[in-house]
Amino acid sequence: MSAATLFNPTRQTRVLPGFGLSLGYTLVYLSLLVLIPLSAVFLKTATLGWSEFWAVVTSPRVVASYKLSFGASLLAAGINAVFGLMLAWALVRYTFPGKKLIDALVDLPFALPTAVAGIALTALYAGNGWVGSILEPLGLKVAFTPLGVLVALVFIGVPFVVRTVQPILEDLETELEEAAASLGAHRWQTFTKVILPILLPALLTGFALAFARAVGEYGSVIFIAGNIPMVSEITPLMIITKLEQYDYVGATAIATVMLVFSFALLLVINLLQAWSAKRTGRNR
Amino acid sequence: MAAAGVLHGRADARRYENNAATRETPWVKWTILGISLAFFALFLLLPLVAVFTEALRKGWVTYLTALSDEDALSAIKLTLITAAIAVPLNLVFGVSAAWCIAKFQFRGKHFLTTLIDLPFSVSPVVAGLIYVLMFGAHGWFGGWLAANDIKIIFAVPGIVLATVFVTFPFVARELIPLMEAQGREEEEAATVLGASGWQTFWRVTLPNIKWGLLYGVILCNARAFGEFGAVSVVSGHIRGQTNTMPLHVEILYNEYNFAAAFAVASLLALLALVTLGLKSFIEWKAGQQSKESE
Repeated sequence: MSAATLFNPTRQTRVLPGFGLSLGYTLVYLSLLVLIPLSAVFLKTATLGWSEFWAVVTSPRVVASYKLSFGASLLAAGINAVFGLMLAWALVRYTFPGKKLIDALVDLPFALPTAVAGIALTALYAGNGWVGSILEPLGLKVAFTPLGVLVALVFIGVPFVVRTVQPILEDLETELEEAAASLGAHRWQTFTKVILPILLPALLTGFALAFARAVGEYGSVIFIAGNIPMVSEITPLMIITKLEQYDYVGATAIATVMLVFSFALLLVINLLQAWSAKRTGRNR
Repeated sequence: MAAAGVLHGRADARRYENNAATRETPWVKWTILGISLAFFALFLLLPLVAVFTEALRKGWVTYLTALSDEDALSAIKLTLITAAIAVPLNLVFGVSAAWCIAKFQFRGKHFLTTLIDLPFSVSPVVAGLIYVLMFGAHGWFGGWLAANDIKIIFAVPGIVLATVFVTFPFVARELIPLMEAQGREEEEAATVLGASGWQTFWRVTLPNIKWGLLYGVILCNARAFGEFGAVSVVSGHIRGQTNTMPLHVEILYNEYNFAAAFAVASLLALLALVTLGLKSFIEWKAGQQSKESE
């Protein structure tokens, strides 16, 4: 079956040329670079028996890495949901000097290479760093502990919540708040009963995006984590460790677990975005 | 899955502050502002400042020596080559994907859009691994590649492939919503008036999408320069041969050569700042363009 018959345009209004060419090129390029290579992970895992697979993905060191990766990622996404909402609110609702610059710098974690972020955060939070030298006398060690992993994951997740909440907040009609105020609602009531329900789907989407990104993150984490087995090893590092031991099957088995999880999360994010679009009347 | 719905203007905040129904009492306002700015300073500003201070800690001479080191120069060159291949590939793909998705109706369209976004939800480490499984010594094509003396993994082609994968959706995801919003009336008019497909694209579509296109290219380029995890898996870390800038930063850092590591890192941080500057400029330009057309 050719691509043209599978994806036959449903409406007969094809005045514009180039449908077959652009769709064909898109499908070939997508298949060669993304779909076929990704299927290699599942096919390689299939060469492993179920019991072998299960033994690899539930070995104590790997399970410890799931706990750290998922736990720290959830916590980091939660921290970003709270502070990202505040930052988005400040950027939309208040005037203050340097606002444009701060607005632009919110995207820094997208633009700054993860390895650069990793060594910068390590320098800051190590015992002799600017932040570390304040925290360590208080008994709080950040660099080379699970707490360091959390700091790195908060850093890379900052833009997700801010950038999903900000446009919704900008489009919010002031009439809603005026109506609430004229009916006698306190500001806090207006926020929790009127504004928050509208923002909620976007906030959850931002949370889920930050979480998804954090689980797979590697570059910014490995420098600050210290990578102590059973304590501060993240799951992507387990894949690297297996690869360095030439244990390709083991690495692939863990990658399968991560992929299945990512795809499930992608589905959740798509549902959240659909919900958000429905609630706010925005496309996307 | 990066920043959602990006090209929009920023409204003036004073309309909220001058309206009794939409403003907070001063202490609430200053608390929110204080906390969010402290969060910004601690997590975003401080790491950025740290890169440059650490890079210049031992003075300009050490800084410039670190950057003119032979291995550093070859890392810079390899990074430039990688971006110069990966970005145009994904640019052509992005335009092609956006053309068929935004201008035509067909079954499976939504599914196709999701598939294009897939690389964003894959861990960079897994992105590197998949090419090792395909082209590595024990991979699907490993035997054939070895017999024909072609090296992909632990060589430049592998680095390019991994970079193409992680930057795959950038251009497409900017263009699809933009071209969908613009509809197809203008292109249909041009076609009906006798313009060929390419003429329509160059003279009608391209001027309409140029800012969105540039936006996607800039983000794609920043990621291509900075990718670490995926490239780390396929590179083999051969100094002077398969080290990109981020990998070179790692090697120097692990050798406790912090000044040199931060010197190379500062170049990448500068690029990040240029990227953000251009991004703001494009957002401003695109905002003007949409105002004019209204």
